[in-house]
Amino acid sequence: MNLNLKIWRQANTTAQGKMETYPIENVSPDMSFLEMMDVLNEQLINKGIDPVAFDHDCREGICGMCSMYINGEAHGPDRLVTTCQLHMRKFKDGETITIEPFRANAFPVVKDLAVDRSAFDRIQHAGGFVSVNTSGNTQDANAIPINKHDADNAFDAATCIGCGACVASCKNASAMLFVSAKVSQYALLPQGKVEAADRVLNMVKQMDEEGFGNCTNTGACEVECPKGISLENIARMNREYLAASAKG
Amino acid sequence: MTNLDSKIPKGPLSDKWTNHKSHINLVSPANKRLIDVIVVGTGLAGASAAATLAELGYNVKAFCFQDSPRRAHSIAAQGGINAAKNYQGDGDSTYRLFYDTIKGGDYRSREANVHRLAEVSTNIIDQCVAQGVPFARDYGGLLDNRSFGGVLVSRTFYAKGQTGQQLLLGAYSAMNRQIGRGKIKIYNRHEMMDLVLVDGKARGIIARNLVTGQIERHGAHAVVVASGGYGNIFFLSTNAMGSNVSAGWKIHQKGAHFANPCFTQIHPTCIPVSGDHQSKLTLMSESLRNDGRIWVPKNMEDVQGIREGKLKPTDLKEEDRDYYLERRYPAFGNLVPRDVASRAAKERCDAGFGVNKTGEAVYLDFVAAITRYGKEQAHVKGLDEDDTVLVKKLGQEVVRSKYGNLFQMYEKIVDQNPYEMPMMIYPAVHYTMGGVWVDYNLMTSIPGCYAIGEANFSDHGANRLGASALMQGLADGYFVLPYTIGDYLSNDIRTGPISTDAPEFDAAEKTVKDKIHLFLTNKGKNSVDHYHKKLGKIMWDKCGMSRNAKGLKEAMAEIKALREDFYKNVNVPGTDSEFNEQLAKAGRVSDFLELGELFAKDALERLESCGGHFREESQTPEGEAMRDDQNFTFVSAWEYKGEPADAVLHKEELNYEEIEVKTRSYK
Repeated sequence: MNLNLKIWRQANTTAQGKMETYPIENVSPDMSFLEMMDVLNEQLINKGIDPVAFDHDCREGICGMCSMYINGEAHGPDRLVTTCQLHMRKFKDGETITIEPFRANAFPVVKDLAVDRSAFDRIQHAGGFVSVNTSGNTQDANAIPINKHDADNAFDAATCIGCGACVASCKNASAMLFVSAKVSQYALLPQGKVEAADRVLNMVKQMDEEGFGNCTNTGACEVECPKGISLENIARMNREYLAASAKG
Repeated sequence: MTNLDSKIPKGPLSDKWTNHKSHINLVSPANKRLIDVIVVGTGLAGASAAATLAELGYNVKAFCFQDSPRRAHSIAAQGGINAAKNYQGDGDSTYRLFYDTIKGGDYRSREANVHRLAEVSTNIIDQCVAQGVPFARDYGGLLDNRSFGGVLVSRTFYAKGQTGQQLLLGAYSAMNRQIGRGKIKIYNRHEMMDLVLVDGKARGIIARNLVTGQIERHGAHAVVVASGGYGNIFFLSTNAMGSNVSAGWKIHQKGAHFANPCFTQIHPTCIPVSGDHQSKLTLMSESLRNDGRIWVPKNMEDVQGIREGKLKPTDLKEEDRDYYLERRYPAFGNLVPRDVASRAAKERCDAGFGVNKTGEAVYLDFVAAITRYGKEQAHVKGLDEDDTVLVKKLGQEVVRSKYGNLFQMYEKIVDQNPYEMPMMIYPAVHYTMGGVWVDYNLMTSIPGCYAIGEANFSDHGANRLGASALMQGLADGYFVLPYTIGDYLSNDIRTGPISTDAPEFDAAEKTVKDKIHLFLTNKGKNSVDHYHKKLGKIMWDKCGMSRNAKGLKEAMAEIKALREDFYKNVNVPGTDSEFNEQLAKAGRVSDFLELGELFAKDALERLESCGGHFREESQTPEGEAMRDDQNFTFVSAWEYKGEPADAVLHKEELNYEEIEVKTRSYK
């Protein structure tokens, strides 16, 4: 396959960025999208051009590091995959592919396609945990039976990889899907219920301070989420938030 | 050559840890506030250690090269975590977990460490459940278990195929709580560049901010290295792209012995290599061997038919398939340990029975499991058990609920539906049992410098059993290091803050800056990846699943030559004051180029086959690995002397008090 790549280039957070076009030849349909980017970078280095910076690590769809906005979609045209699991067989020979970083005010560009998502970490610092010491002196793991459906739903929420595709896909750059997944995981488990009210208030407060937008229920986040995190989590978080606010 | 003192406490094996904990020195809560600890790496070991140390009251600085601690590669562990809970009532116990781990490691791990690991394993599960880790449960609401390779009980706790993710998020949440309290200061996108020793003790590190390129000095009373394994030395492995040995190698250069570097685990079930463009390999969890059966065709005509696309694997009748693991190892069948399964796959493929174009793939087939589960479901629901379409549908649903994410991963990569066609798999580099040498307290040969998790060597011997890496990472971080480190730090309560103005910091910083300068001004003709790929090929061809003296000697010479060429001809673009991934990679590959030679030297020296280390010169007439207990019941710990070829060997003799050392058999 021969392709034209239109890629966002930006030297650092404060620099002015722009789109650059690079042709690339002999791309195998079996390559992953990032392997195609590796080939491009190898070519750029050999030509003396600065390689394109992008975030990536595990390359098996679980670390949440890769974060490209491809042809107008977070993680590209395939469903339920991250950029690293997207394969070139999803594109056509001769196609022009537009590659941008995940854009949001709360995700400043670090360089080219890499963005700073530490806002997500700070939201978790505010309450994304159960306040239990790690001494191991807790009760036996089977002391509290947990309804299998609740456990499964908590697990489904907990599979969020924190990549930020939800924010990048949202016209308001809202982080509701991400935050609600964490809030839901704990709200569904007896261990997390104890401090559920404080948690949801603190996490939402931090989310607002980070400059994420509001949720207007368009549902784009759910469509683009590589892990299929459900909108139901947002509804659950809203209920939790309302209940917690009412308690004062 | 000297014998190393592993500082194993006296007394009966099962009392050692309890007695040791009761007798070591403690640091009072008021004094802990005066002590700083650096933790490098935020995987299961690093994150759990950082959280626990902070909770105890120490001031912790945690470093990771990723953009968030949650992304460390523990996140990718799939199958599960072992614990001797005996919830299934199938005869499990602390002793049995201990015994299985020693046997699985082919009698090359340290008995006292492994027993401690088995002892604390049950605490890990309690701890994780208390943190809100959503493990799989049964309909009664209790925790579910599955079985893993090399054992005859079900002791593996899991969260679908994302156990590592859930455990790491648990440890990360514990870190978050301490970050919120200000007890952990987190340095994302930072890389440890060197260790600083003052008066022979570890007193800090030089780190590089990967975004700005700034070189930073960080002082501390102790440094904990939890930087994972070095499987990426093979270029292609199941490790993350950024996984590296550099933190471990820097402390090795400063005096920490490096133990058993040649003990590498080649995992039997990975997606085969598809072409030259490949950047990494993807694991298909060992848990799949609970339900999948591994086979190749019996007849060469069928192999050819399949390779030419004239035959599909599903066309072959039962009697034309060779379920070679079940044939060779009837007792353990498809659940033999990883090293055994990998060599058996290589044996069949070398004999010409590989089923893909490259001849390097075998089948992992779920049809039997789908039928079994389907019939069971039909029976439960009162439906027709003889309706094959229905049975298949019901069976596929069960398999999807157990391994859904793995099947989806396979389908996206290979573009084939594994519910209909057997998976194609082949062994790939996965885990490194070798690592920095540590004593019973997890301290390296440098006072005040510790190594935990995959970065150290102690618990898995020559082969690690499945679902034991997560167990060890969390055991070290939550329950071992936070206590043993107190014994050392109790001498530091009057030391006061460590100044980074000392000449030792100046010197270390200069070394780091000089090396960066060298890379950026070299302007050679080859990229960093060019060298990494070449190194990987030497390693795979000559230090891979089977090794011999000739190949290992060649590997040593070739790696040395490659390293010299690297320093002459490597091209690193960009500057030192920007986000420069090539520069970071150049540093990591330069360390791999040294470790590779030591790896080959270690493999050459160990003229026996044990666990994942298979020397062709040491095998039985049936081709099984042959250990040499007479001459090799020891840990090889290498002391750095500049050139890897000049490294000096120190031995730690392994004494087994509780266990009778036997030939490992899974037949």
